[in-house]
Amino acid sequence: MLKVANALIAVVGGVGGIIVLFWVLNTLVERLPEKWENRVKPYVFIGPAILAVTIYLVYPALRTVYVSFLDARSENFVGFANYTVLATDRAIRSAIFNNVLWIVTVTGVSVSLGLIIAVLADRMSPLGERLAKSVIFLPMAISFVGASTIWLFVYAWRPEGQGQIGLLNAIWSGLGGEPQVWLQVSTGRLNTFLLIVIMIWLQAGFAMVLLSTAIKGVPEETLEAARIDGATEVQIFWRVIIPQIASTIAVVSTTIVIGVLKTFDIVFVMTGGNFNTDLVAVRFITELFQFRQFGRAAAIVVVLMLATIPVMIYNIRQFRAQEAQ
Amino acid sequence: MSTTPTPPTHADDQRGTEVLDERTIVGTESKRRTGAGKRLATAAVVFICLLWTIPTLGLLISSFRAEQAVKGSGWWTQFVTPFSNWTLENYTEVLEAGMGAAFVNSLAVAVPATVIPILAAAFAAYAFSWMRFPGREVLFVMIVGLLVVPLQVAFIPLLRLYGDVGITGTFLGIWLAHTGFGMPLAIYLLRNYMSSMPREVIESARVDGASHFQTFWKLMIPLSVPALAAFAILQFLWVWNDLLIALILLGGAENRVVTQALAALIGSRGQDWHLLTAGAFISMIVPMFVFFSLQRYFIRGLTAGSVKG
Repeated sequence: MLKVANALIAVVGGVGGIIVLFWVLNTLVERLPEKWENRVKPYVFIGPAILAVTIYLVYPALRTVYVSFLDARSENFVGFANYTVLATDRAIRSAIFNNVLWIVTVTGVSVSLGLIIAVLADRMSPLGERLAKSVIFLPMAISFVGASTIWLFVYAWRPEGQGQIGLLNAIWSGLGGEPQVWLQVSTGRLNTFLLIVIMIWLQAGFAMVLLSTAIKGVPEETLEAARIDGATEVQIFWRVIIPQIASTIAVVSTTIVIGVLKTFDIVFVMTGGNFNTDLVAVRFITELFQFRQFGRAAAIVVVLMLATIPVMIYNIRQFRAQEAQ
Repeated sequence: MSTTPTPPTHADDQRGTEVLDERTIVGTESKRRTGAGKRLATAAVVFICLLWTIPTLGLLISSFRAEQAVKGSGWWTQFVTPFSNWTLENYTEVLEAGMGAAFVNSLAVAVPATVIPILAAAFAAYAFSWMRFPGREVLFVMIVGLLVVPLQVAFIPLLRLYGDVGITGTFLGIWLAHTGFGMPLAIYLLRNYMSSMPREVIESARVDGASHFQTFWKLMIPLSVPALAAFAILQFLWVWNDLLIALILLGGAENRVVTQALAALIGSRGQDWHLLTAGAFISMIVPMFVFFSLQRYFIRGLTAGSVKG
């Protein structure tokens, strides 16, 4: 009970605090002479928001770049030494390789699956379509840790002879195979692919929803015209629908790529990055907390940041073009 | 200060549609065909849906089975002997093993971590949309640029900063962190929505003598409810489901949230599937509820927020 009361007080305090903050700031500004009031007020409105991004994103980004040129304890300048380690350390290179594998597979499969489901569901009854989409989309609401638990159970292992309680091993031994500790099988990076399955399970719904919107936006007349010209449904899909929704495919793909780039929870919870399943964002935590290598951890983040810069530039350009209209 | 403008009724749902599109869920098109093609499509979709549901279903069923049953036989045997050995004990046990406290903590983290950024972002979005001031352009471009910055950048500097200020492990510390990280997307979405309102509405309020503060509360906030709701759901689920930030800034102490508690359970009692399954479900109840009751807003938010990483 005490716990609940404490939490309640915290919530009221937090929510009330921000309201009071704006009210007080506004009251103070309104006391200024009118000319000054008008000058200062916009900054009062944007102030807390800008302060928050400055403290939590801008300053840390700059500081992290700086720290990446310092040693493990951020005391001495070491030049590019941390980056050299990133390029040469076998474990880190393996993590980078896995990241590439994740990015390519998750993005490719999620987008294709999302597209297929969107096209197929479009031909069902409205109620059926709605239900189907909800089912595929549901994992989007679940946490990575929750999803990891679900799939840990699917991959669960029991020694041969005991009843298998994990679905995969049950099917596998049903087919005559020997029960496997799947997450430790790194032959052909099988365990990495089993982890990738989870991310696809989570992301396909997202791709489906956005692509479905785009497909429904293709004008019916265009499709009719193609049909009258004798195009088959397959031709219509590749030559009419795909080009029309190309920009949505690009947006969905970029969003998934950036999401995958930062994937952490699934691997952290399921294998801790062992058995060749490590990822860059997991490695970052390992370097930071386990090895206390602040410089190297910072260098990893800088690499992540560099990877997102093209998207950042693209977003800003898009925004500018939109505003110019 | 004399008259306060009344917001026009029901005009709000139509605005800002180029950003907040919601045609997705309702199929309105007529390109469906009939006959074999349709049946084949339906069969394929049903098959995929089954594949998608089975893992979660297995977890749900197992969470109600007695410990010996969960550990002794596959959950699918329940289709042969339904409801044998069902119990709620797993839930009571895992709630007492710290999941209950973590659940309360998650609420205490997620509610303010949703409200604070929304309010701060709404004020900023209003200023970016309807006030003129030097630096407006530059600051907003900065916000757009920050949309995709990986939040890992924050941790090394923040660990030190939080240590110095002394807010490591506190609710306040994690609220502010989520406020900072959620802010670019919040400002971006709300500003897109607010700036698409007709200029006359805002100006008539100003002519009537309402201050910006009044216009904001009495006109802009009510008109922006769809966008506010979309972002609120996105942010709430994001905070509720977050493990990384909680792990680093909240630590393993008494304030830990459900995702941390579940991850710890996997680490310490990885073979106790009766507890893990029940624990996982406790961590998912709130997101599932939000998903099923507010799916429309959730999808709007996701669609609009797909610029973010």
